[in-house]
Amino acid sequence: MHLTLEFGGGLELLLEKSTKVHKVDVPPKDGEGKVTVSGLLSWVKSNLIKERPEMFLKGDSVRPGVLVLINDCDWEICGGLDAELEEKDVVIFISTLHGG
Amino acid sequence: MDGGGGGRGRTETIMREIERLRAEREELDRRIRLLESQLRVGGAPLPPSLPAEAEATGLQLQPAAAAGLTVDMINRYTRHLLLPDFGIEGQRKLSQSSILLVGAGALGSPVAMYLAASGVGCLGIVDADQVQIGNLHRQVIHIEAYIGQPKVKSAAAACRAINSSIKVFEYHITLNPSNALDIVRQYDIVIDTTDNLPSRYMISDCCVLMNKPLISGAAVGLEGQLTVYHHNGSPCYRCIVPNPPPPATSQSYSDNGILGALPGVIGCLQALEAIKVASAVGEPLCGRMLLFDALSSHIRIDKIHGSLPSCKVCGKNPVFTKEDFGKFDYESFTQSSMSKKSKKLSLSNLLPENARVSCTHYKRLLDIGRPHLLLDVRPAHHFQIASIAHSINIPLPELEEKLPLLRDSMRRVAAADEPLLGSNRRQTQHCPLYVICRRGDDSQVAVHILRENGFLFASDVAGGLESWAKEVDPSFPLY
Repeated sequence: MHLTLEFGGGLELLLEKSTKVHKVDVPPKDGEGKVTVSGLLSWVKSNLIKERPEMFLKGDSVRPGVLVLINDCDWEICGGLDAELEEKDVVIFISTLHGG
Repeated sequence: MDGGGGGRGRTETIMREIERLRAEREELDRRIRLLESQLRVGGAPLPPSLPAEAEATGLQLQPAAAAGLTVDMINRYTRHLLLPDFGIEGQRKLSQSSILLVGAGALGSPVAMYLAASGVGCLGIVDADQVQIGNLHRQVIHIEAYIGQPKVKSAAAACRAINSSIKVFEYHITLNPSNALDIVRQYDIVIDTTDNLPSRYMISDCCVLMNKPLISGAAVGLEGQLTVYHHNGSPCYRCIVPNPPPPATSQSYSDNGILGALPGVIGCLQALEAIKVASAVGEPLCGRMLLFDALSSHIRIDKIHGSLPSCKVCGKNPVFTKEDFGKFDYESFTQSSMSKKSKKLSLSNLLPENARVSCTHYKRLLDIGRPHLLLDVRPAHHFQIASIAHSINIPLPELEEKLPLLRDSMRRVAAADEPLLGSNRRQTQHCPLYVICRRGDDSQVAVHILRENGFLFASDVAGGLESWAKEVDPSFPLY
């Protein structure tokens, strides 16, 4: 499944060359025809995160302070970890900032 | 009955209706003036009673005066009044509103200036810091003449210089759970432009308890974020970030940098949102979050969830009381500090004592000309700002892959010292290697890595370049 992933608020620093936008092809899990946010997180962990995964993930989910937005909408509105992604979806992972 | 015809009768009816409405309007104005005077007696800050002034000058029959604006105000805010969506009513509401700005820094600068210029009735500014030279590239409200003085004093003077008709109150303190309720109580709207996590939680909780809308903005590096909390069903900060992020993930200007104009953009947007909320014009950024990426010039506005029914502060059955608030330890909750000085925990116990030397000790070795290598493990762009003359730079994340390079450099030092013996592995390992960084944390991590990789004589220069500047070379630029 073709997805556009964007990382911001400092999360991009955990990726190769600190690239913010990634156009990726995420395969569905074996035996399932779909890609969920949960599946995407483990794919990102094994394929994109280069260092300190604990700065991005905690347990099965994102760490506190990371917002997940699917097509410009809060993932909590879309179904959280179980939200099913569709072809060409844009998923944003952004760390909340508190500098001023 | 009047034989003059229905047309004249209708005109009279309309004239009577106009007179009746005018009388009704005057009566309403009178009641508003009465209520305002009661508020003043109560000691609450309030903008000048404009209808009363207008009456004194005999202007009360002018439509504008009746809506609450003096001639001076009309002159000053003409371009606001010409906006059909804002107009006299928007300006009147703004001039009667009171707004509390927490933080007179990079975001707070444009907020304060625009609110003052726009004619907010009363502006409170909270900040415990003093103006420093390194603030001026982004904190545009402050000027060189105020360096060393409280930011609130500088900001308030600037606001008064822009607009002497508004009230400005200064709070030269850190907002904390024991003073926040009493201060926030006196204002209609709160704007959070602080630079730390515990303050973010504290201000949000306080706004929910006092039922005030919160305009929250943040910026670090080249990105900014903005939303309006606790207004029109929007969430509070805890609904969005129920558990604090780990301290290691927290970014700050002093570590990550900030492009001066970026907080200017976010601060202007905060001022705009505050004006919209104060004047009840337009749709504030409620339940939406604006994300700004300066590098790519991307602005996205994303939908975020509303107030969570389960939120313990703003939810359906809130359990968090004012009493809880007063006792809540926001610094231990977030494991970070509200004030700048103690933000970073030191790693002082990572290395054994024999693996560390003080800056003055290192200076003595330098003075007697003992051969050694000084390794600076800061990021390359830090190294370019300033460095100790003879040091070499290998940024910490690259250290392990560049160990061969380091061995070569040390071989050269050893060879230069004892050319007859040439270089060999044993010598290389015994060539003293000192490691320095900005504050003395990364250098300890580096020494740990080096010792594990056979560099047994690697030592940390304790306290880093900050200590070097304090103890040895005051001309070394601290950044």
